[in-house]
Amino acid sequence: MIVESSDQVSGFSWLKRFPIPRNFKMTAESQVEKGLTWPAPEGATLTKAFDVYRYDPDSGDNPRLDRFHVDLNDCGPMVLDALIWIKNKVDSTLTFRRSCREGVCGSCSMNMDGTNWLACTRFISDLDTPATIYPLANMSIIKDLVPDQTHLFAQYATIEPWLRSKTPEPEKERLQSPEERSRIDGYYECILCFCCTSGCPSHWWNGDRFLGPAVLLQAWRWLADSRDEATEERLDNLEDPFRLYRCHTILNCTRTCPKGLNPGKAIAEIKKMIIERES
Amino acid sequence: MDAKSTPPGTKAPRPRPFSPHIQIYRPQLTSVLSIANRATGVLLSLAAIGLVIWLSAAAAGPEPYAVVQRALVSWTGQVVLFGVTFAFFLHLCGGIRHLVWDTVHGFALRSIYISGWSVVAASAALTVAAWTGGLLVAGWR
Repeated sequence: MIVESSDQVSGFSWLKRFPIPRNFKMTAESQVEKGLTWPAPEGATLTKAFDVYRYDPDSGDNPRLDRFHVDLNDCGPMVLDALIWIKNKVDSTLTFRRSCREGVCGSCSMNMDGTNWLACTRFISDLDTPATIYPLANMSIIKDLVPDQTHLFAQYATIEPWLRSKTPEPEKERLQSPEERSRIDGYYECILCFCCTSGCPSHWWNGDRFLGPAVLLQAWRWLADSRDEATEERLDNLEDPFRLYRCHTILNCTRTCPKGLNPGKAIAEIKKMIIERES
Repeated sequence: MDAKSTPPGTKAPRPRPFSPHIQIYRPQLTSVLSIANRATGVLLSLAAIGLVIWLSAAAAGPEPYAVVQRALVSWTGQVVLFGVTFAFFLHLCGGIRHLVWDTVHGFALRSIYISGWSVVAASAALTVAAWTGGLLVAGWR
């Protein structure tokens, strides 16, 4: 009932998903169809079913939901291990991003049992049976579990995520006191996996203009940095009915962050800073 | 567009699909209370129209007032009124929660969940209290 930290898997839920048809309001090419069922390999003793979103751009077919039976005795403990097991043992065309396998690169972010997280830090045992694996929500899909993040990174570029200074460059580095440095704790750790932005209903409806929690958290990371001297310009750029104020404090972002960060709080800090500079 | 009608060997000129979102995302206290706040806001706007009708009927005279009053004291009317009362308190408590957030307080995940469930409990308690109080004063008819 009370979630203490974002890594807590939803044990209690009234519903696994909202009571609407599975393809509710989805464009013709996005509708998910029933897919193939791949049998478990011979001799598998302990299997678990995984329903995985598949999309093959070359086939001309719609996305589909394939069922795989993973041999848990032959597979590591994480969801990423299961995906790699499927790719090695069942269907080598299964496509997904992965790199570090330890939650620091943000490549394998995807939607598992209805919430966004990193496949490498989510235990298979924490998923339902059958487990459902979708790509990050509300993304243009290149193939299978690989979303096109071009738009998200273009939004990221609009906040100019680098140190902007006006004072002459010091002889050595720009110094910060430990207290000043601590102001960006909880924000600089973002790995840009976009779990939060993909889980944000406001970004689902207005993603073309609303920057979304990941980018706004980054915006606050630079506003909070004592070495940055472009605060006014940054706030001018953000003070917009859509870019910033489409955030309605739903807080799905804070619930889903795999790094335990707080995009919702970062956005509230920006709103407060804008109010304070006006008064 | 029927993608299956493209000739074999040609790359289908089809737009990329969008992955599902509301269709698959798990309902959580965060999103459900946000939707509830929006829905109760809409409901209260409609209820405001009802309030205007009730007051206009009262101003128009005893006969129109009696018609509206009959509808209000019917079982359906009472259920609707009870629902509007709950919507009122849910929207009120949710609004207070948002005001606290605007001061950048209560953003720890634990606080978000505690305040969320508190809003639900407080709204239910206030609704029951309001009806108990109202019925004690006015009496059941």
